[in-house]
Amino acid sequence: MVTGLIGKKVGMTQLFAQDGTVQPATVLKAGPCVVAQVKTVDRDGYEAVQLGFVDARPTRENKATVGHFKKAGVPPVRIRREVSVKPGGDPLKAGDQVNVSMFADGERVDVIGTSRGKGFQGVVKRHHFAGGRATHGSMFHRAPGSIGASSYPSRVVKGMRMAGHMGDGQVTVRNLRVLQVDAEHNLLLVEGAVPGGPNSVVVIRKAIAAKAIKVAQVEPVKKKGKK
Amino acid sequence: MNAIELVEKSQLATRPEIRAGDTVRVHVKVREGDKERIQIFEGIVIGLHRGGARASFTVRKVSFGQGVERIFPLHSPSIAKVDVVRSARVRRAKLYFLRSLKGKAARMKETTATKRTP
Repeated sequence: MVTGLIGKKVGMTQLFAQDGTVQPATVLKAGPCVVAQVKTVDRDGYEAVQLGFVDARPTRENKATVGHFKKAGVPPVRIRREVSVKPGGDPLKAGDQVNVSMFADGERVDVIGTSRGKGFQGVVKRHHFAGGRATHGSMFHRAPGSIGASSYPSRVVKGMRMAGHMGDGQVTVRNLRVLQVDAEHNLLLVEGAVPGGPNSVVVIRKAIAAKAIKVAQVEPVKKKGKK
Repeated sequence: MNAIELVEKSQLATRPEIRAGDTVRVHVKVREGDKERIQIFEGIVIGLHRGGARASFTVRKVSFGQGVERIFPLHSPSIAKVDVVRSARVRRAKLYFLRSLKGKAARMKETTATKRTP
């Protein structure tokens, strides 16, 4: 059984509950995907499948990649990701289709994406340093401050938080609740935000450590007794 | 239709066409314990924030000499209905200038146009 799917972030919206409360939601275009390659324990040492995201955009691939897809018997696709396979269910073959109907409403999923790139950033933005005072003669504004002692250890310890490149890295958001599955339009609605901007590629997988869904208990409001 | 509009389509409630300058009566559902009743908020629409199911509008009224503004989500199920009482001729989309006007100065001329259909 395949555990994930490739998708694209469409954008965010909100859903109204019947009592008027609003829930933030991200719309994902999830799948359809094709299985481009099946990895087995015998051949590759682990179980997984390589999925390809079927997109309208044409792809220009080199001969090696065209051959890779020819083997699976599917037209080449641009976006390819590997997802792990769980035992159980029908064994997948190269060329099989996987779509969003693998998820159900109320299920927990993890979404893996690439965060928005922020460029070279200072320590205040990148590591949430407090910075110094802006006015009243302060000469210390957004600098990192001391990065260690002097003669001992005569070096900067590894992992010291400093300015540098921020964002544009892999981010996993775990345990997002599936709000809606639209198999007809290949859409998936998850609660909350997912990494990256619109049109960024994400992998949606079944939550590896699923949290239980909390059901709000309606408590009757006690009436205050008259004194 | 893009994917977000597709998702929001089921969320949209039927509301009359509201414009800045309209005087509206907003029927808000208020929960008190396990009972629900309707509360009416009447005032002038001083701005609309559009955006599918996320649209909202701001209503301003003067209550006991104190200006009160409330922002309502247009398609919220907690709004039972919205009545347009009258419409005024205004030349701006956002009537924030009303906040600094008081009494007679804050009056507006009514439109002579025929009533808009919801």
